[in-house]
Amino acid sequence: MIIDPMLPTQFSIKRKVIENHDTFTFFLEPIEPNNSFSFLPGQFNMLYSFGLGEVAISISGDCEKSLPLVHTIRAVGSVTNAMKVLKKGDVIGVRGPFGSSWPVDLAKGKDVLVIVGGIGLAPLRPVIYYLLNHLNDYNRISLLYGARTPEDRIYIKELETWKDKIDVLTTVDRTTKRWHGNVGVVTNLIKKAKFDPKNTVAMMCGPEVMMRFCGYNLRDAGISQQNIFLSMERNMKCAIGFCGHCQLGGSFICKDGPVFTYEEMKQYLDLREV
Amino acid sequence: MIQTLEPILAEHPLFEGLEPQYLSIIVGCAKNVRFKEGEFVLREGREADTFYLIREGKISVDIYVPNIGALTIHTVEAGEVLGWSWLISPYRWHFDAQVLKDTRAIALDGKCLRGKCEEYKEMGYELMKRFSSIIVQRLQATQLQLLDVYGVRR
Repeated sequence: MIIDPMLPTQFSIKRKVIENHDTFTFFLEPIEPNNSFSFLPGQFNMLYSFGLGEVAISISGDCEKSLPLVHTIRAVGSVTNAMKVLKKGDVIGVRGPFGSSWPVDLAKGKDVLVIVGGIGLAPLRPVIYYLLNHLNDYNRISLLYGARTPEDRIYIKELETWKDKIDVLTTVDRTTKRWHGNVGVVTNLIKKAKFDPKNTVAMMCGPEVMMRFCGYNLRDAGISQQNIFLSMERNMKCAIGFCGHCQLGGSFICKDGPVFTYEEMKQYLDLREV
Repeated sequence: MIQTLEPILAEHPLFEGLEPQYLSIIVGCAKNVRFKEGEFVLREGREADTFYLIREGKISVDIYVPNIGALTIHTVEAGEVLGWSWLISPYRWHFDAQVLKDTRAIALDGKCLRGKCEEYKEMGYELMKRFSSIIVQRLQATQLQLLDVYGVRR
């Protein structure tokens, strides 16, 4: 754990994996050998590209293995594009972990639906790892994964290994004839998944419009709004609820979130002003 | 022993909860079919005279684009319905449908069923409601697909 939440700690890139054309994964180790790191599934770090700035990136590794620290990053802005060209041995700053976590304890004894779109699989991969490590504590587990195209999918090899233990349903928005999987939006997968709506916890992460429509479908399927969880994204700066950049209604996404219940967030999902 | 298709129809989500007397009428227009991977089930521009309740397998609904090839719009699997153009004039397919995985289905004769719907108006209304729901779901899904929600916002 980092004592001063505003002070970055230096981490070195031990390994870098290219996931697709714009997404990559860093495996990070602290420069100071005595620094350990623990986190809960769903939490994020502020990653600092020296001289450029910080970005909030969810932790995407196994929370039961403290190191290396794993982050999957999509290059979409100046900081993440600068990180994309970093290589093994390069150093970045890390502040964290911050924020709330996915309800893996609440889900015990229940069916679990994990619904992700695009890079949204990265913040929920710690949950998948946790569920796989504690399979006996849960009923049916389904991962519903939507991607733009087959080539945009991330963690492709891992997805195949997960299929041995949990239901993994994947769909893409567009494709050519080389793809023999599902084509269509991720909401289509909800009706294909097997779950008891009265005894299910759903966790979802992806573009807000995707979560909005998944929320409608999950509600219509009979899952209680208190048992639907989602991860929200806003422009975070301080990550500790001081600066107000990520304020949404009465909540700071960095401090009170990023994981919220659907019940807490549904009022904002279709509010144009926010 | 020949098994009637009635219980199979009754279990399919499209006909779930339908009055038994209507099911007995519909079953007269139904038959079992199988398709091999790669086979075309529907062809754009041809007469739409059948629809399919998929029991097993996977079918892609495609549109052919010159110089690009076939683009898949969506896929249908067990429990889903393939084809609604049989119900709406001019009764012509607007897309191709090709088998991705060997498929078992119930084929329903659209012409036969249209005739029955004229004869039994209440059944026709019930079927129209059920197909409208499928059409709306597909339309909404296509609208979401068009949003390209996973694309980068600049």
